[in-house]
Amino acid sequence: MATAISLSHLGSVMRGVRSVDQVGVEERAAGLAKRSIKKASKLWALDLAIRCIDLTTLEGADTPGKVTALCAKGVRPQPGDPSIPSVGAICVYPSLVATAVAHLRGSGVKVASVATAFPSGQSFTSIKVAETREALAAGADELDMVIDRGAFLSGDYQKVYDEIGSVKEACGSAHLKVILETGELGTYDNVRRASILAMAAGADFIKTSTGKITPAATLPVSLVMMECIRDFSRETGKQIGFKPAGGIRTSKQAIAYLVVLYETLGPDWMTPERFRLGASSLLNDILMQIEKERSGAYQSADYFSVD
Amino acid sequence: MDVRKTYKLYAAGEFVRSESGRTYKPDGQNNVPRSSRKDLRDMVKAARGAFPGWSRRTAMNRGQVLYRVAEMLDGRRAEFRDLLGGGRAAGRQVDAAVETWVWYAGWTDKLHQFAGTVNPVAGPYFNFTLPEPTGVVGVVAPEEPALLGLVRRLAAALCGGNTVVALASERAPLAALTLGEVLATSDFPPGVVNVLSGKREELLPWLASHMDVNAIDAAGCTADQLGQVQEAAAGNLKRVVPPGPGAEALSPHAGLDLMEFKTVWHPIGV
Repeated sequence: MATAISLSHLGSVMRGVRSVDQVGVEERAAGLAKRSIKKASKLWALDLAIRCIDLTTLEGADTPGKVTALCAKGVRPQPGDPSIPSVGAICVYPSLVATAVAHLRGSGVKVASVATAFPSGQSFTSIKVAETREALAAGADELDMVIDRGAFLSGDYQKVYDEIGSVKEACGSAHLKVILETGELGTYDNVRRASILAMAAGADFIKTSTGKITPAATLPVSLVMMECIRDFSRETGKQIGFKPAGGIRTSKQAIAYLVVLYETLGPDWMTPERFRLGASSLLNDILMQIEKERSGAYQSADYFSVD
Repeated sequence: MDVRKTYKLYAAGEFVRSESGRTYKPDGQNNVPRSSRKDLRDMVKAARGAFPGWSRRTAMNRGQVLYRVAEMLDGRRAEFRDLLGGGRAAGRQVDAAVETWVWYAGWTDKLHQFAGTVNPVAGPYFNFTLPEPTGVVGVVAPEEPALLGLVRRLAAALCGGNTVVALASERAPLAALTLGEVLATSDFPPGVVNVLSGKREELLPWLASHMDVNAIDAAGCTADQLGQVQEAAAGNLKRVVPPGPGAEALSPHAGLDLMEFKTVWHPIGV
């Protein structure tokens, strides 16, 4: 279906998207979340989760100092323990990209920047494209853009499609993650429409949320988006990545996402190339869980660095 | 109609069954939750979350809450007397439990005067030493007396501003679990006091090794258990208060044993 999208047919394609079985999707997500992952499997999953984290700070109060500390934490999450891997990327505002790049050089950790009038997306396309160019010029490897939810909800799919296309063009070879902000889309049907729209327009990743509004990422919404990615991959052969973000604070939640990912998209997606977890406070909980598995004693936040 | 009560754990301000679903029958009649290490873990998390709020309350306010426990317990004397087997001795135990809460309610705003000091130092400084709550305290209640043993240790730990996870008597937990209902109606913020029942041998190792527990009042430990607790507690240098002959005495030192002392140097004339 997605290959059939041409500009003139966009509206009818969007209207033709099949609706989501709400009860079914929520039941399946809840069922998968109950799966028990223990001992060695848990350690394996937690290791993967760390490698997939986009360690994020998106506050008005962010300073170069805070970003520097975050970079140090991302490269070596547990000082003194080299068996703990680095995170996937550090995600910051465009003005702090240069700081992050300077501190991550040679570490293998990527720099992701939000752009396009994050988090609302309510600005002019020219400004969004210019912001994208500036962020990439500063050294960002990956770009997280927001869609214009105002345009999407008023039915102007064309504008959303074109805007993603323009930003993708400005990105060149850099990875583009498209944030749907599912909490503002209202229905699973809209989530499915927005996912298809974003993938057709050139997204490399689709991402649930900015983390600035509630609800952020939820398992059922993620399941809907992953199913879109699966269908899109079957139709076009293109493997789009997935990134849940916002509200993921515990190891248990992270493992639940990995279970749904495995059951929906399979082992090909169990890699930082195609899966990321947007989170700020998740990392310490994972470190505490790993230490608990190793030492056999429940851990305390007192003994892990503040983040 | 005979309505039988389901005894539940008091955790984070709520009454819950054990997450494991297990029960045991300490008295051969009543099913009591047989808590798992995960119940313990959840309670420690709740106690840690409640600690900043409870320890920052004014000492006077903490005293009011402790006094409120005495009021609530007083209204249920008959019930507790029956739970403890009835008779004169049970009645005396309940009376003493009520008095304990009143006594420690009075101590909340006096610990600082009693144990704090102004120290003479050879320099231009005021030098003060003050007691501060240690954090999350695990209370291992004595097997006997089932109510008073727990109340003595609980009130002492709470009086200084600690939050508590308490292991009820293994053989006679009904009074302790019912005390949870009294605590729930006494203005404690959720998580400040948590009461769990179950097998000592299953729960003690996890309590003793838990890195987020700052002290253990081992009043109810046997000599063997005390050794194990002390060994596991060394992991994060927990304060372990061993069982002693004075465990049942009313004493400000019972509260101070679960506090840390902070010394402040304050410059004069700058």
